[in-house]
Amino acid sequence: MWSLQKIANTIHEWLNTTFNSTIATTIEMVIAGVAVITLFALLGLVLVLMERRIAAWMQIRLGPNRVGPQGLLQSMADTIKLLVKEGLTPNGADKFLFNLAPFIAMIVAMLLMAPIAFAKDFQLWDLNIGVLYISSVSSIMVISILMAGWSSNNKYSLMGAMRSGAQIVSYELSAGLAILTIIVPIGSLQFSEIVQSQVNGWWIFKGHIPAIIAFVIFMIAVTAETNRAPFDLAEAESELTAGFHTEYSGMKFALFFLSEYVNVFIVCAVGATLFLGGWMPFHIGHWESFNHMMDYIPSSVWFFGKTFALIFLIMWFRWTFPRLRIDQLLNLEWKYLLPISMFNLLLMTALAILGWYF
Amino acid sequence: MFLKDYINDVYGAVKSLLVGMRRTGYYFTHHKEIITQQYPDNRATLDLPERFKGEVVMPHDANNEHRCTGCTACELACPNGTIKVITKFEVNAEGKKKKAIDKLVYHLELCTMCNLCVVACPSDAIKMAQTFEHSVYDRSEFTKVLNNPGSKIMEGVE
Repeated sequence: MWSLQKIANTIHEWLNTTFNSTIATTIEMVIAGVAVITLFALLGLVLVLMERRIAAWMQIRLGPNRVGPQGLLQSMADTIKLLVKEGLTPNGADKFLFNLAPFIAMIVAMLLMAPIAFAKDFQLWDLNIGVLYISSVSSIMVISILMAGWSSNNKYSLMGAMRSGAQIVSYELSAGLAILTIIVPIGSLQFSEIVQSQVNGWWIFKGHIPAIIAFVIFMIAVTAETNRAPFDLAEAESELTAGFHTEYSGMKFALFFLSEYVNVFIVCAVGATLFLGGWMPFHIGHWESFNHMMDYIPSSVWFFGKTFALIFLIMWFRWTFPRLRIDQLLNLEWKYLLPISMFNLLLMTALAILGWYF
Repeated sequence: MFLKDYINDVYGAVKSLLVGMRRTGYYFTHHKEIITQQYPDNRATLDLPERFKGEVVMPHDANNEHRCTGCTACELACPNGTIKVITKFEVNAEGKKKKAIDKLVYHLELCTMCNLCVVACPSDAIKMAQTFEHSVYDRSEFTKVLNNPGSKIMEGVE
């Protein structure tokens, strides 16, 4: 049967028989890098179009439907427009930091791709602290936002960046606690083991109420972490024009835009891995024949299906809820999400000790 | 007591958010609700809302008769001098002189479609039309005379 794992193995074997192992590893790294960049470009094109169509349908509009069949080439046209636009650097800006910031945003997003399991045995780097790696590297994102806001030499950009800093630092906590809630019964931070632990059912079903609460908190926290509405105070079009990326234009703006969507993809992939079993097909306990039937659907389809379902959920949030004020935002985190997720973690620990999960 | 309020808060918040999501979810799945009209393509079948106001017109019947008495109520009601009523005196069948309109001049370029003239009119002589493709090449084309040439007042309208 066709699978991503088989393709990867074939390439790996062919390279190792043709070249010596050093060159083969180098070539593999280049291939992996190119594959990640390709995935980025594709995600950018697909997610922007998806977002715009979903937004339109939720607001009883039609959305882009003129460029290409059903508007499918709209994001392609937008990309070309952004590519040929001038990348302006304002006169009063700190030019080095100003030009560095979008690349840091992009590199962080790229680093986050490393431990994600896209399909069965198809992973760039299966390190044993994968979840910790994701949650720590993703917080570097705030540096690029602060850098962009500060170096723009613009009050509103700085204000947006500061809001974003406060937001990401505080929501990191509840996202981390929500992840921990699931890690407690698994007992491993490695992505492959997390997925393997869900062979007899996904954690959202196996973990009872604590897992569901953790899932809800995780979705809220990652929406905040990726700076998307209703937590898009860092951009806040109506107050700060565009917040930290007000002064950016052309491809530098596009990199911020792209990194936002890639971050959404990554957090949804992590959410799908932790709560919905990653590439693991839908299995129910000991229903052997049912489980076997589900295995026929390729694991990559399962992974991308779940991830896109979560992305849709986040987009649904964005086009339904009004934006929070900064004090409401911090209230929500410190007075509601954090106590609830701490209590939830305690509950899950009790459950794990007593062995009350499946 | 505090804990009860807290839980009620969370419950109420989640519930209200779900109500909102249900609404947008309904719109997302029901594409027949879409109100966007693909305008130049559907010019023939354009479906305009009832309250849309495009320009002031004066309806005439088949005998080229209108209902305007020339009372200038619309001219007085107009906040920005869009309407100018030019009156004349007509001699009717009994030999009496009677006031009538010569021209009802309407400056479309000044009009804000506020509908005050239509409300002010005591004899329902003018109304709002739903046309909106008003672009012209010369500004003078915006100055319109609403009554048709040779038209006269309808029988029985005072």
